Amino acid sequence: MAAAAIELKNITKTFGNIVANKDVNLTVNRGEILSILGENGSGKTTLMNMISGIYFPDHGSIYIDGREVVIRSPRDAFQYKIGMIHQHFKLVDVFSAAENIVLGFQEEGGFNIKRSAERIAKISSQYGFEIDPGKKIYEMSISEKQTVEIVKVLYRGADILILDEPTAVLTPQETQKLFAILRRMRDDGKAIIIITHKMHEVLTLSDRVSVLRKGEYVGTVSTAQTSEAELTEMMVGKKISLNIHRSEPKDSVDRLEVSHINCVSRDGVKLLNDISFRVRSGEILGIAGIAGSGQRELLEAIAGLQHLQSGEIRYHNPKTGQIDNLRDKTPLQIRDLGVRLSFVPEDRLGMGLVGNMNIVDNMMLRSYRKGKSFFLERKAPKDLAERIIEELEVATPDANTPVRRLSGGNVQKVLVGREIAAAPTVLMVAYPVRGLDINSSYMIYNLLNEQKEKGVAIIFVGEDLDVLMELCDRVMVIGSGRITGTVDARQATKEQIGRLMTGSGRGDENE
Amino acid sequence: MSKKTTNVREPLFHIVKRGSMVWWRSWLVRLLAVLAALVVCALITVGLTGENPLGVYVTMFDGAFGTKRRIWGMLQNVAMLLCVALAVTPAFKMKFWNIGAEGQVLIGGLATAACMILFGDKVPTVALFAMMIVASIVGGALWAVIPAYFRAKWNTNETLFTLMMNYIAIQLVSYFTYLWSVPKGSGQIGVINGTTKAGWLPALFGHPYLLNILIVVALTILMYIYLNYTKHGYEIEVVGESENTARYIGVNIKKVIIRTMIISGGLCGISGLLLVSGTDHTLTRDLAAGRGFTAIMVSWLAKFNPFYMVLTSFLIVFLQKGAVEISTIYSLNASFADILTGIIIFFIIGSEFFVNYSIKFRETKKEAAKSC
Repeated sequence: MAAAAIELKNITKTFGNIVANKDVNLTVNRGEILSILGENGSGKTTLMNMISGIYFPDHGSIYIDGREVVIRSPRDAFQYKIGMIHQHFKLVDVFSAAENIVLGFQEEGGFNIKRSAERIAKISSQYGFEIDPGKKIYEMSISEKQTVEIVKVLYRGADILILDEPTAVLTPQETQKLFAILRRMRDDGKAIIIITHKMHEVLTLSDRVSVLRKGEYVGTVSTAQTSEAELTEMMVGKKISLNIHRSEPKDSVDRLEVSHINCVSRDGVKLLNDISFRVRSGEILGIAGIAGSGQRELLEAIAGLQHLQSGEIRYHNPKTGQIDNLRDKTPLQIRDLGVRLSFVPEDRLGMGLVGNMNIVDNMMLRSYRKGKSFFLERKAPKDLAERIIEELEVATPDANTPVRRLSGGNVQKVLVGREIAAAPTVLMVAYPVRGLDINSSYMIYNLLNEQKEKGVAIIFVGEDLDVLMELCDRVMVIGSGRITGTVDARQATKEQIGRLMTGSGRGDENE
Repeated sequence: MSKKTTNVREPLFHIVKRGSMVWWRSWLVRLLAVLAALVVCALITVGLTGENPLGVYVTMFDGAFGTKRRIWGMLQNVAMLLCVALAVTPAFKMKFWNIGAEGQVLIGGLATAACMILFGDKVPTVALFAMMIVASIVGGALWAVIPAYFRAKWNTNETLFTLMMNYIAIQLVSYFTYLWSVPKGSGQIGVINGTTKAGWLPALFGHPYLLNILIVVALTILMYIYLNYTKHGYEIEVVGESENTARYIGVNIKKVIIRTMIISGGLCGISGLLLVSGTDHTLTRDLAAGRGFTAIMVSWLAKFNPFYMVLTSFLIVFLQKGAVEISTIYSLNASFADILTGIIIFFIIGSEFFVNYSIKFRETKKEAAKSC
């Protein structure tokens, strides 16, 4: 057998103290489609970025056709005929397809748009693309833009193609078309790598599957000889016990009721699709799902930051017993209704806090309007800042330090501390332990548990299934903007949740 | 290091963002930058003109502080530049690129001049001043609120919009200077109310500019308090730093943009008033004299702190005055003074880079081994 098109040996890449890839080995042959499967943050994209010259590995080596190579830049990658199609397209909107395809590419005989268009037409007919070279990018649908990206790398002679989650933005019909093209390219002897987390696509399209988990290489199996169950287990791993304390919910009553909400993005893509669920006081509802399945939009809709097409969000006020509809209310209106809703967003420094402001000023974000005075009152926020620094052991020189100078864990303590200090009845947290060390993570779990015991209704959006299963009372799984199932966290298995996440199988108590 | 022995080639140096710098070290860097600028300027002076650079610097200093009259003129200019800088600061702190201060000042000046010309000897002094103040603030605010409203409502580009508003203001002023010109058709207004001095800001203790300066001092303090100790100032900072955070805490961003631009434009209007009624006593197209643009630099260099702005506006006016003096005394081309000013400002702005970033050079193999 000829040497592999591309072979990675012991590739390691770290960012600061986060290990993105650890001793990863990978082989792709010509005339083969390899899937790389893994959860969010398992290091799939980082690995591919090293092949395409965007990152440089800390250790390890890359072989192409059996020869060791060094890929320092995307230009080097292109010389080795490696082409990557990114998840976010890199096209110039006001240029036509043909102009984008030849952009930055030095051809023999110089720039000649007519000749280029002919070559594009030839590539298109060879693999079955439908492309109009003269059409401007801003007039194109997402699928057409993707076609331009693929033709772009083929035009440059790529024979190793990497596609980062190519189907995430496509409709099922478009996906079928893409798969047909990919198969034709494979039969033409190209080596193709696709990054995905959709199980059925892996099984229908690829010849072999390599699985990554938390930056580590788990193994490679031949698609013909594997099953969905085996792949899921490889992907999520065996259950690890974390020993997070969990109490039984006490005196639970309905607190928040989301019913049939729908939300559409600017481009007309459905972000939330008929979502209905209830959150009860004194319980933690976990939300699991692949990143970008609608978690952010769901929380923002409840917080009054996302416009909804239809549906209702009903809040049961424990003080008055009234039921208020929060849909399409601004955060201020929600607060004026007496709804004590706290929200720890995913983007801590870009949304929850202001990086350049000090801890005291960040404490006031929610409360600075208090009182009729024209002037700010900094006494109470200062006391709160000092209390949080002491109680949550925030490592900072003083309360006047800008929060962007703090480490990730300390930033999160400041944010969670502030949101809890508002004595919420509903607390929403999105990826609260992402990037945090073990000790800080447990501190956050304990804080959430304390709140739960106080009767707060908590929504916890997480990515680590072990944590979701040990911390939460119920886990709701969403995929592509719809609920794929809700399970009892005390009884569900990891594989069960994993299957719901990757879009196959149904939940037991689907609401 | 030859190509063959290494397969990992690091660049010669790379740039790293600094965490923070002790305040005295950052000021030391800035001081060194000024010194370095003076050295470079000296070299260029000798190279191009053969003059003694020290003599040139002494002349520069003389131009700014040489006589009592010059000192007053200098202070007046600092005050006016500072006033416009104070006006643009809330906008820039909100990351609203108000390039239209020039026009807002002009409209403020136009409104003031209109009151003085049309009502100069018809209404009592107090009423006249009240009218001038209101008219100049409303004029400036109007000029600022139009682009602000379009930005808030339809997300238009405020940089272009405010810039274009400048040209409209200039044309308006041209029209009115022609309309009110004395004698008719000369295209110049000349001194307004030269005999009655109606609508002129009074001279305090015999100093014509003192009142101007005191007003600007008061405005500086007020602006500092507004930005740092009021709820409005806090909202401006949050919107400027992160619109997402502002949305998250329920700030009405549109309202903040419009309100802040009313304040910014209103203050520009006041600058126009001080220029027409307290300084020039006339109205020309060059009333703002580029201050609307220079003020942006003053504000950014001072990191939007009104007290630091006193220093930065002082520095820039000093450079301008000194440069003019050099070109007259040594009968050099006026551009030469601009070259010197440009070099000094370049170094000062450049020093901010070294305050915020540090340069790390590539470690050689040996050093790398040692440090591991």
